[in-house]
Amino acid sequence: MGLITTFSTWLVPCLIAIVLLYGTFKKVPSYDAFVEGGKEGFSLAISVMPFLVGMLVAISVFRASGAMEALIHLIAPLLSAVGMPPQVLPLALMRPLSGTGALGLMADLIHTYGADSFIGRLASVMQGSTDTTFYVVTVYFGAVGIHQIGDALKVGLLADLVGVICAVWIVTLMFG
Amino acid sequence: MQLSLGMGDEPMINIIWVALFLIGMGYAAVNGTMDDVNKALFTSASDAVQICFGLISVLIFWLGLMKIAEKSGLLDKLSHLFKPVMKKIFPEVPPDHPAMGYILSNTIANMFGLGNAATPMGIKAMEELKQLNRGKKTPSRSMITLLALNTSGLTLIPTTVIAIRMKYGAEVPTDIVGPTLIATCCTTAAALCIDRYFYHRRKRKGRK
Repeated sequence: MGLITTFSTWLVPCLIAIVLLYGTFKKVPSYDAFVEGGKEGFSLAISVMPFLVGMLVAISVFRASGAMEALIHLIAPLLSAVGMPPQVLPLALMRPLSGTGALGLMADLIHTYGADSFIGRLASVMQGSTDTTFYVVTVYFGAVGIHQIGDALKVGLLADLVGVICAVWIVTLMFG
Repeated sequence: MQLSLGMGDEPMINIIWVALFLIGMGYAAVNGTMDDVNKALFTSASDAVQICFGLISVLIFWLGLMKIAEKSGLLDKLSHLFKPVMKKIFPEVPPDHPAMGYILSNTIANMFGLGNAATPMGIKAMEELKQLNRGKKTPSRSMITLLALNTSGLTLIPTTVIAIRMKYGAEVPTDIVGPTLIATCCTTAAALCIDRYFYHRRKRKGRK
């Protein structure tokens, strides 16, 4: 497990070094290219803002009222059997439905339980390890005019379920 | 990537969003927690804005770096590396067909967290696959496989997650990179297996 932690710390710096070395080798004006791409990053982050404000406010109203706790209390007995903290179930359900919704829930979980807590790490891994199934199906098939989705949605959702189980298993193994 | 945020294209999310508010307020009315709800309303809005500020720094840096990778041809080079694997995953797509090129670019863009570049590539791949399928309105085997690959979201560096962990004071914000990579590989492998299973099931049904 120490190996994976080392890998995590080295991956990002190594990637940066490779990109810079290769860019210089290929005589790309690296700094100019960086600034050009950075502008896209800026507008992307700004365009997320209204979505995230909307989601995070709704989620925190739900939490502050005590409704979230009641819901968690209700499902706790079902989940404690499989070793999954009931607090992350809303995230698992939201993940395939909405990217920003899941991002809001993840931020809320990390804020409430701490980034280095078991729940905080589990939420991070769950958020990072899969994509928004409903969105992908709607956009990709919608764009080329396919209305019968066939087995696509089933495949995506089953894979999401596997993803949640994997995340719980790996985080328990590494940080549990 | 996590930021290919399904903006606006999710009908169900409208219902969930309104329900979160209404259930929360109803619950607060019954349980006398309206004070907390009032506080939460405004602190969370400013929290969300602050998270976005955190995202700005990470996204500028990451997308800037990726622009260098793109311009130097590093991303194209990587996609060639994946071609033999993709030939196995998409047996019905001729290896030199433009669809294969788009599928490769889509996958690489997803891996490096370039959701905005991945989506147009994925859609172009779908268009090509539809032509290969003689323009039918039903999805072909390859189209479902491409979706499976995209919904499982094979990401190398989860940039947004790292940004949020940074904001909330994680000791080592990147310590989830390894576990996330393992989880995303498992999910992708599972998606491909499930996809194969459904394909063979369809074939069996077709023969009956």
